[in-house]
Amino acid sequence: MLQKIYDWIDERIDITPIWRDIADHEVPEHVNPAHHFSAFVYCFGGLTFFVVVIQILSGMFLTMYYVPDIENAWKSVYYLQTEVAHGQIVRGMHHWGASVVIVMLLLHTLRVFFQGAYKKPRELNWMVGVLIFFVMLGLGFTGYLLPWDNKAYFATQVGLEIAEQVPFIGEYLKTLLAGDAEIVGAQTLTRFFAIHVFFLPAALFGLMAAHFILIRRQGISGPL
Amino acid sequence: MSEEKQQVSRRQFLNYTLTGVGGFMAAGLLISPIRMAIDPVLKPSSAGEYANVGLAVEDITTEPQRVDWKIDQVDGWYESKVNRSAWVFKNENDEIMALSPTCTHLGCVVSWEGSEDHPNEFFCPCHDGRYYKDGTNIAGTPPTRPLDLYDHKVENGMLYLGKAQVRGEA
Repeated sequence: MLQKIYDWIDERIDITPIWRDIADHEVPEHVNPAHHFSAFVYCFGGLTFFVVVIQILSGMFLTMYYVPDIENAWKSVYYLQTEVAHGQIVRGMHHWGASVVIVMLLLHTLRVFFQGAYKKPRELNWMVGVLIFFVMLGLGFTGYLLPWDNKAYFATQVGLEIAEQVPFIGEYLKTLLAGDAEIVGAQTLTRFFAIHVFFLPAALFGLMAAHFILIRRQGISGPL
Repeated sequence: MSEEKQQVSRRQFLNYTLTGVGGFMAAGLLISPIRMAIDPVLKPSSAGEYANVGLAVEDITTEPQRVDWKIDQVDGWYESKVNRSAWVFKNENDEIMALSPTCTHLGCVVSWEGSEDHPNEFFCPCHDGRYYKDGTNIAGTPPTRPLDLYDHKVENGMLYLGKAQVRGEA
């Protein structure tokens, strides 16, 4: 049945070469943990991606209940946590996943750094990776405010004051982030929500695509 | 039964195990989000509490009169008061009838004798839907079933209304 559907589509638009191109490639022996167990360090990039997929999925489902409004944000999260079946688990996935993704990202970065895998010709991919790191930190910072509890509020106040320390443009930067020069409130929350679910994920997808295209073009760096 | 050994090729074995493990992981990942998303469908519907509509039973006549009242509505994390209304009268058996004013065609609001051309009927201005006094829809007009009937009870001489119940087709 499935085979027939696949054949019907493939006969018309020839999709086999497309997925072959994506999925069919040699994995060198030195990155295969089955050959050398120490090669598990090469898994951290893939694990980062896997956790990012969890974050995207759980985040999509969380917005079914969440509202970015100072009157209702906390209440909607509380409702989700206490009244909705499995709501606690889905928010837990997003909450813990956010930490795990930073850990995996750091381990991946450390591996690339200590193996010198960033050297020519892979400098560009290192730079893309550093941008991904910044986007991830941005996602963590903006997502932290969304539950609109005391911890979120005061953490954001501190974060905004850190942004204010930037020379010359600091004050403008803070106002731009918070939506108001003085208040951390209604406009801050909607801004952070928009940045968290639209702007930064869009940037993340673009950067991840570049990251993966580059690794396929240049191949995995050779053994030490 | 054939004695022949069923050979499983290396490729088949890998396909089965990888599909199995992948499916297991995908299922584990998706089961909670999906259960959460479909929660509104699986939640038991509220029993529908009775509310005092501010009408004494002795004031109910055979002429339908409109009553308006407010109920406390809990909508997820948001609680508010919302308006309800009903057309209340006593039928020929001296029973209290409280009809929902929501047209069963497309949900407009019907009025008793809402059209001068159709006396002694409920009338919906949107598509000229009409109902007899007992709420039964008049054949040949758009509504497909009678007006919903509120559950009611009487306490201390006052009328209490509950949930509007769907009645069968005319």
